[in-house]
Amino acid sequence: MFDKKYKQIVILSGKGGTGKTTVATALSEIAEDKIIIDADVDAANMHLVFDYYINSEYDYYGGKKAEINSDRCSQCGICESVCRFDAIKDFKVNRTSCEGCGFCFRICPDSAISFYESKSGVYSECELEDQSKFYFAQLLAGEGNSGKLVSEIKKKANGQAKGKVNWIIVDGPPGIGCPVNASLSGADFVVIVTEPTQSGLHDLKRLINLLKIFKIPSSVIVNKFDINIEMSKSIEEYLKPEGISVLAKIPFDKQFIKAIQNSKSIIEYDHTYGKRFKIIWDDIQKIILN
Amino acid sequence: MVISIASGKGGTGKTTVACGLASVINESVYIDCDVEEPNGHLLLKPGILKEEPSYKLIPKINYESCDFCNKCAEVCEFNALLNLKSEIYLIDELCHSCGACTYFCPQKAITEANKENGKIRIGETSNNILFYDAYLKVGEASAAPLIKKVKNAYKGNKTVIIDSPPGTSCSMLESVKDSDFCVLVTESTPFGFNDLKLAINVLRQIKIPYGIVINKYDENYYLLDEYIQKNKLNLLLKIPFRMDIAESYSKGELLTETIKDYRIMMLELLEKIKTEIVEKEYV
Ligand code: SF4
Ligand code: SF4
Ligand code: SF4
Ligand code: SF4
Repeated sequence: MFDKKYKQIVILSGKGGTGKTTVATALSEIAEDKIIIDADVDAANMHLVFDYYINSEYDYYGGKKAEINSDRCSQCGICESVCRFDAIKDFKVNRTSCEGCGFCFRICPDSAISFYESKSGVYSECELEDQSKFYFAQLLAGEGNSGKLVSEIKKKANGQAKGKVNWIIVDGPPGIGCPVNASLSGADFVVIVTEPTQSGLHDLKRLINLLKIFKIPSSVIVNKFDINIEMSKSIEEYLKPEGISVLAKIPFDKQFIKAIQNSKSIIEYDHTYGKRFKIIWDDIQKIILN
Repeated sequence: MVISIASGKGGTGKTTVACGLASVINESVYIDCDVEEPNGHLLLKPGILKEEPSYKLIPKINYESCDFCNKCAEVCEFNALLNLKSEIYLIDELCHSCGACTYFCPQKAITEANKENGKIRIGETSNNILFYDAYLKVGEASAAPLIKKVKNAYKGNKTVIIDSPPGTSCSMLESVKDSDFCVLVTESTPFGFNDLKLAINVLRQIKIPYGIVINKYDENYYLLDEYIQKNKLNLLLKIPFRMDIAESYSKGELLTETIKDYRIMMLELLEKIKTEIVEKEYV
């Protein structure tokens, strides 16, 4: 690994809709000398809250796709028979089904298939008002390989992390699949945002099992803890023997929804939360730097 | 009839609506395609009748014939094979099971073997909903093959409700394609609004008719309503934000059983979907 001075924090939730982006946005605004990455590339949302302007845009190539040149095709049908992804029908490739394995291209007796890098989205390098860098992506509809895109953005961001950068804050994708794995590479700490619901607890457990594999320390924020106090207790009880601390419990408060509706971060919208998130941020720093 | 429920953004209440709908249909089939975080079982509480491992094909090298020519590694587009000269090392999570290495090996030294990539569960609820879900193995890169499997696990003529994973990527596409109708669940925030537009984009491309449910509806956020009106989109239902709904959900209850008017809302939603599908079939 290369020598780095900054720390990478990834904010995850397992299940969507727990308030992960709200927390990530608040922490991002408080942290100083940082780079922010919205790694939820399937449904990027942080840019809806930040004021930013775009410095550069990069095309993202997620993989290759096959295409049949009908002038050369003798319609032998071999390509269709080898494609395991049912992407070829009537001597045409269905772009969204094509996995880009290249089998058809290699086997075609008439060299009628081309196999090319195909654009599956763009990502932007932006600057926020305090001049810190912010990255977010837009995938083309139905495109896969979002893990690779997350890795690419992180690589770009890491390359920019010179001099004064102390933190890279990553708003992670939901789930525990391949884009989450990609968002975790190089991470020093994970903040898990959960909610006291059956599905919140269920997904929290799956996420913590994943983090054990990666051996990355984590801490939990229980959002909307008062919509089900008992469930909140169950979450805390589950975390204790796992050795994972609870950073904060945040009540259900309509201010959060209002803030989002006004396209503002919670600390911008309601200053009492500025203080509370400052404390959370200080605690995170303490845990990491110790 | 196949109805899929999708959302773009996670946490909009997609699973709640999917399970709600399944519960007001006589003899329905519920299929949870969110193989990374399946949650439908928490609400529907099915008795699990069967649990079967799901497999994917991976190459297996026969070292008696392999001469380390490297052809297999060359044809693997996903860099799943590494030629270590004394071994062909497979990173099996990266393998897409395309079969190219097996075919192109000049020594015929590769065969294919099954490797578990997840499991599929089949169950039934006390009110006769047939239930399917699947768990993708942690660390496994491709969700789409398992989604396809769990979707194909049911064969029959009952009404199928498909609970799609969040997002607008290949997993969502795999889940909703071949549906007769797709319900997009959104919420009254710029996040929900933004992701709704992305999801609509996918459905337009694959030409699946759709309608919108606004969950946690808040009339103060008018931008979403405005957009729906202006573009003449099909708004099926508004579900208000209510504390009793949030509480019941947090306990893992099926809302159609605990909250009377939620059941009525789901019945209305079903009627609307039915007319949409019938209309489509007669034009
Ligand atoms: S293998 Fe080549 S020639 Fe044969 S059908 Fe496919 S594209 Fe045409
Ligand atoms: S590249 Fe692979 S997936 Fe795509 S069409 Fe050819 S054989 Fe099928
Ligand atoms: S292509 Fe066949 S013979 Fe060549 S290295 Fe691979 S397994 Fe061995
Ligand atoms: S089956 Fe395809 S993806 Fe898997 S190792 Fe062989 S060539 Fe690579």
